[in-house]
Amino acid sequence: MREIQEESDWISPEIEREVAEGLGIPVTRVQSVVQFYSFLYDKPPGRYRILFSDNITDRMLGSSALLEHMLKRLKLRRGQTSPDGAVSVDLTSCTGMCDQGPAILVNNFAVTRLTPRRIDEICELIRIGAPVAEWSSDFFRVDDNIRRSETLLTHLEPGVALDAAIACGRQGMLDEIKRSKLRGRGGAGFPTGTKLEGARNAPGAEKYIVCNADEGEPGTFKDRVLLNSYAVRVLEGMAIAGFAVGSTKGFVYLRGEYRHLLDKLQAEIELMREERRLGTAIRGCAGFDFDIEIHMGAGGYICGEGTALVESLEGKPGRPRVRPPSMVQVGYLGKPTIVDNVETLAHISEIAVEGGASFAKRGTHTSTGTKLISISGDCERPGVYEYRFGVTVSRVLEDCGARAVTAVQIGGASGVCLTPDEFSRRIAFEDVSTAGAFMIFGPDRDLFDAAHNFAHFFAHESCGFCTPCRVGTAIQRNIMDKIAEGRGSRYEVNDLMRLADFMKKNSHCGLGETAGNAVRDTLNKFRPAFERRLHARDFVPAIDLETALEPARRITGRDDADAHLVTEA
Amino acid sequence: MADNEFTIDEQPVPFKPGQTILEAAKTAGIYIPHLCYNSEFKAHGGCKMCTVLVNGRTQTACTHKAAAGQELDVNTPELDATRRSLVQMLFIEGNHFCPGCEKSGNCQLQALGYEYEMMSPHFVELYPHREVDASHLDVVIDFNRCILCELCVRASRDVDHKEVFAIAGRGLDARLIINSPTGKLGDSAFAITDRAARVCPVGAIFVKGIGFKTPIGERTYDCESISAEADSCEVPETT
Repeated sequence: MREIQEESDWISPEIEREVAEGLGIPVTRVQSVVQFYSFLYDKPPGRYRILFSDNITDRMLGSSALLEHMLKRLKLRRGQTSPDGAVSVDLTSCTGMCDQGPAILVNNFAVTRLTPRRIDEICELIRIGAPVAEWSSDFFRVDDNIRRSETLLTHLEPGVALDAAIACGRQGMLDEIKRSKLRGRGGAGFPTGTKLEGARNAPGAEKYIVCNADEGEPGTFKDRVLLNSYAVRVLEGMAIAGFAVGSTKGFVYLRGEYRHLLDKLQAEIELMREERRLGTAIRGCAGFDFDIEIHMGAGGYICGEGTALVESLEGKPGRPRVRPPSMVQVGYLGKPTIVDNVETLAHISEIAVEGGASFAKRGTHTSTGTKLISISGDCERPGVYEYRFGVTVSRVLEDCGARAVTAVQIGGASGVCLTPDEFSRRIAFEDVSTAGAFMIFGPDRDLFDAAHNFAHFFAHESCGFCTPCRVGTAIQRNIMDKIAEGRGSRYEVNDLMRLADFMKKNSHCGLGETAGNAVRDTLNKFRPAFERRLHARDFVPAIDLETALEPARRITGRDDADAHLVTEA
Repeated sequence: MADNEFTIDEQPVPFKPGQTILEAAKTAGIYIPHLCYNSEFKAHGGCKMCTVLVNGRTQTACTHKAAAGQELDVNTPELDATRRSLVQMLFIEGNHFCPGCEKSGNCQLQALGYEYEMMSPHFVELYPHREVDASHLDVVIDFNRCILCELCVRASRDVDHKEVFAIAGRGLDARLIINSPTGKLGDSAFAITDRAARVCPVGAIFVKGIGFKTPIGERTYDCESISAEADSCEVPETT
C-alpha cells in the first residue's frame, strides 16, 4: 500500500477496489488498512505534504510559530489542501528529530533545523513547483549527534560478529546471550536469552526475527542513529539471533518517519548479501541461512507494540492481539516470532564478539551492558549518549550541559517525570526504566504544556480497540483542553487522576496503560501549573452557551443582540 | 483444591480444560457481565466489561483461560465501579437516547447501565456526528448507537461468510464500514436472514417494521436484570 501511495500520492476508491480485486479480498479490508495509518490518504492531500512534528521538544524550539508562519505564507488553514491541490500542511506525532528540531516531513522525508528563513525558502520552492528531489540536500541533512560512546557506538568490522557466532555454535551463542543477562531495550526489559530460547524450543520449522524499528516514543531517536551509522551491528545481530533460534528470515519494521534511511539500509543489506553475510551458507557456514527484508511503517505509534507490529507486518491495521499466546509461540503468520528492539539486536553482535560474561560486567547486577539515551530539550548538547546502566540522572544532565532544570521526562510520553529531588536516581530497569527518551525542561518551562501535548498525542495514537483507551484518552484530552482554556476546576483535576488510574488498570495494551502517566505525574509534582489555570472555584460546564447558540443563529440567519447572551460588561 | 477448579470470590468453580473463565463461570451459573462476547463467536476482548482480577491482575474473562488454583475477584465494589465507568464511556462516546430507541428494554448497554447503577453519564458527552443508513430494505444501521463490539463483523465473516462489515479508522475515529460499492448497506450482500442482522447488543442494527410491537416497559430487561440469566448470551430480539 505504501508503494502505491508513493506512486500515486493518495489511495482513491478506484485503487482500493483494484487492490481488493487483485488480492481477492473485500474492499473493506483494504479500507480499514488505509484509514488506520496516518501516512496513507484516502483523500487527496497536496502534492507537497508538509507535516510538522508535534512533540513538546519541537514546540519548545518554536515549531508553533513556524507552523503559523508557513500557513500564513501559503494562505492555508491547518489540515486543508490548497485549492490548486499543490500543498497541504498539518501536524504529526514526534518524528524522532528532537535533537535537531523543529522538524517537518515533506512527502515523508525529514527536514530538520527549521528557521523562519528555511520556511520561506520552502514556501518559495513550493510556489515555483520544484520537485522535492531537487531541493537542497542540506534541508534533509540528519546528523547523528553522538556525544558519548562506550562499547556499542563503536565501529564493528563487518563479518567479525558473524564469525564469532559461528565459532560459538547455535547452542553456544544462545548460552552466551543468556550469560550476558541482556534485557530488551524497548522498555519492558524482558530477558532476551529466555525469549530466544522460547522461540527456538517452539515447534515448527519456520520462525522469524523482527527488528522493531518503529521508534515512535516521543523524544526517542537513538535507533535512528544506530540504523544510520551502525547498521552492521543491528543487521548482523539479527542474523546471529536467527542463528541461535533456527530462523532464516528477518524483517526490519522501519517507521514511516525514517523513510530517509530506507535506501541506505537496502544498500547495506544488498552489500551483506554480496559478501555472504546474508543469504545461504553465511560466511561459508553450511546451514547458516538468513535473509532480511525491510517493511516500512505508515505512521502509527501503536505499531511499536510487538503484537500490533506483527499485525501491521501481515498487512493489517496495527491492533494489538490478545495475549496469550505469546509471540514466541504464535507470531508472524502464526509462526514463532522474536520481536526485538533495534538496540537489543545491536547488543547481540556485541555479545557475539566479546562473550556474555564480559558483557555482564558492565552496568548493574540486574541491568547489564550499556544503554543509549536520546537527549533533547533545554540543554547545550542534545544528541545520543551511551552510558553503562546505573548512571544517575544528575550525571547525564551535567554531561549534556543542562542547567537549572525544572524536570526531566524520561521514557517519553508514556514515561515518568522526575523533579530535581529525584535526580540522584539511576537509569536501570530496577530504578528508572526507559527505552531511551530523555527530555529536559529548563527553568522557564510550564510542565502543564508538556502534559497537555502528551494527552493529545495519546488520543491521536490510540488504536481504538478497547473502551478504556479509546474513550479514556479522548476524555483526558478534552479535560486538558478545558483546563488550558481556563475553564477547569478541582472537579476536573480529580477526574484526571481517577482516569489515569482507570486507564492504567483496564487498558488492553501498554499504550492505554501509560496514557495517563504524564498527566498524573505532572499533577502530583507540578500542582501549581494546574492550579494557576483553575480560575473557576466551582464547576463550570463544558458547554459554552454562547458558542452553542451559533448553529441556531446560523440556521435562523440572525445575528442581532437578542440572538446573543447578555454578557457582563 | 481439585486440579480442575478455580475460585470466584472464594467460591470453588469447576472448569473443563480449554475453557475460558467466562465460559466456566457461565456453566456454573455465575454471571460475569459482557457486551462484545457471544458464545457463538471467537472472543474479541475489546469492550472490557468482563474485566476480572486473576490472582490480583486485571484480565478479560472472555479471553483468559481458566487454570487450576486461580483466585478470581469478580463481584467487588471496585470492579463494579470499573464496569460502571466503562458503560458511561460507551454512553458518552456515541449518541444514546434510550427513551426514543427501538431497542430500549432489550438493549444490553442500557441493561448494564441499570445493573451497575449508572445514575448519570459522568463524563462530558462527545456528541459525535454520525449517520443513519436506512438504504437496506429490511434493516437499518444507526451508527450513533454503535459500540464497536464487532459482533456483526464476526457474524458476517464467520457465519454468513459475506464479510459485509469491518472496522476502519483509529482511536475515536474507529467506526463500522460496509463492504459495498457505495458503502451503503442496501448495496451490500447483506440480507435479513443473516446472522449478523440479529447479533447487535445495542440498537445499532435493527430490523425494520417491528420497532415497538412490545411496548417499552414489558421487554426483556424491563422485567428482569441482565444478570438473572447467567448462561444466556442471546441478544433479545427487538419485537
